[in-house]
Amino acid sequence: MITLRGRTVVPGVVEGEALVSHETISGWGGIDPATGTITERRHELCGVCFTGKILVFPGAKGSSGWSGFFQSTRLLGTAPLGMIFTVTTTKAALGAVVTRVPTLSDLDQDPVAVIRTGDHLRLDADRGIVEITRG
Amino acid sequence: MILTDEEKAMRDGAEGPAVAAAMDLLIRYGDALGAQRLCDTRNVAGTSTQPSPLKAKLVAEGGWHKAFAVLNLDCDDAIEIPDMRVPTCQLQQGFGPDSAGVVPYPKEFVELQSDAEAFYGRRGVNILATCTPYQVGNLPVRGEHCAWMESSAVVYCNSVLGARTNCEGGTSTGAASLTGKIPCWGNHLAENRFGTHHIRVESGVRDFLDWGMLGYFAGELVQDQRPVVTGEFTRPDLVDLKHFGAAAASSGGVELYHLPGITPEAPTVEAAFDGPVPDAVVYGPRERRAIYEKLNDQGRSTDVDFVLLGCPHASIDQIRAAARALDGKRLHSGTQLWIMAPRALKAVADRSGYTAVIEKAGGKLLADSCPAMSRVAPPGTKVFATDSAKQAHYLPAILGVEAWFGSLEDCVDAAVTGRWRGGLR
Repeated sequence: MITLRGRTVVPGVVEGEALVSHETISGWGGIDPATGTITERRHELCGVCFTGKILVFPGAKGSSGWSGFFQSTRLLGTAPLGMIFTVTTTKAALGAVVTRVPTLSDLDQDPVAVIRTGDHLRLDADRGIVEITRG
Repeated sequence: MILTDEEKAMRDGAEGPAVAAAMDLLIRYGDALGAQRLCDTRNVAGTSTQPSPLKAKLVAEGGWHKAFAVLNLDCDDAIEIPDMRVPTCQLQQGFGPDSAGVVPYPKEFVELQSDAEAFYGRRGVNILATCTPYQVGNLPVRGEHCAWMESSAVVYCNSVLGARTNCEGGTSTGAASLTGKIPCWGNHLAENRFGTHHIRVESGVRDFLDWGMLGYFAGELVQDQRPVVTGEFTRPDLVDLKHFGAAAASSGGVELYHLPGITPEAPTVEAAFDGPVPDAVVYGPRERRAIYEKLNDQGRSTDVDFVLLGCPHASIDQIRAAARALDGKRLHSGTQLWIMAPRALKAVADRSGYTAVIEKAGGKLLADSCPAMSRVAPPGTKVFATDSAKQAHYLPAILGVEAWFGSLEDCVDAAVTGRWRGGLR
């Protein structure tokens, strides 16, 4: 088991499967909150659903609608279970706050490089720890 | 985060539940950022009137008070929303009543939005209804702390006006409008405003098309960092900088750039960096060609149904240029042309006779919104052409259409012939 330590963005504890994006994610114009899928045409995860997954990504890009679109995933029941991102920006931080899911950033290793899609994660954002189990 | 006594009192309800909810959100948000404190702002640009199915549901449940509480304060309760504490404007939104029958935008959304304008207008939200508030009177002064949404407005505010804002969201601007506070983090701090990357132009950037491509290149290169651009370019105007910033904010997440000798915080290239000037990445003819091809890699069919101009919203000079290009021409029967502009500038275009020329050719000058925001294009649109790098980036994903990117002349040619014949010159 690998353990990473980071800074708490939104507290809380969840366990679930990782979905890793190596590319930054656009909220407005890049996701569909009704289905919880990534829709940006050129994106490596285009068509992939993040609902119920712990979304691991380098950071947010694009429009300031980012937080509003991720807030909508919570209100529409399609939100990710948790978030782990590399670079803290206002979009990603506010997005995590209004999605209200446990979130970490500023980890001691790059989470996008260390975590793989399908890994089982225990995300303890109260203590700033993510435990990675590979099946 | 360290709070002042005033901020603590707001949090604890001294000024009512809406202000308390606003302060609660700002504290959660500030903590999420790792901010040390909040700063005062008297300039908020956000969005609260934009219709959506979710907003319609919330309004049906608890009126506009609930919609604002949930979507603009991240609060679960329907609480009484007081007047805005500080000057606040509405950014672009859905299409208004004047577009009914012209744009395939749902009638119920038009009605919902009219209701929203009445509600928020009464509470002191200036309904500018544009992504370019700086074009129609909201001009923060240098160094002023702002709370703005809209990536193209944020990058203009920081870079061209020298005011200070992060890329805010619907909830943080809602909370700022009721408190006059925003986390003092990121672009609000002088030490975070220096350049990080040096781009040297060796291809001769000389017009609107070029500024858009250079912006798209810069955004891809630096992502959310801060480019400093030097080299061979003609002096940009408002329109060029509007396009450059919007493109850089779309391909990356640029919120601040410097053009030494032109933008206010970079009198020289040395002043743009906090320390030695880094080696430059060259933007030459090869890079220019590559970025043009990238912006055009989402077009296959050359049969163009729809031409879109004005993103960010067109300036009065852009409207005039479009009118000139369309003067005496007639659009192809299968092709529509929309020019998006702030309503205040549409009024100027009407008076100046530009609107009449555009309409005589078969084009439309539309206010308040855009196809990306409203998620509508003319019925049956499969292929569109635009002079906006931002729309070429976003619209294929939002509407599932093919895109061509080019100059105003290439776009007008496509509107008149129904064919895309653009190219890089």
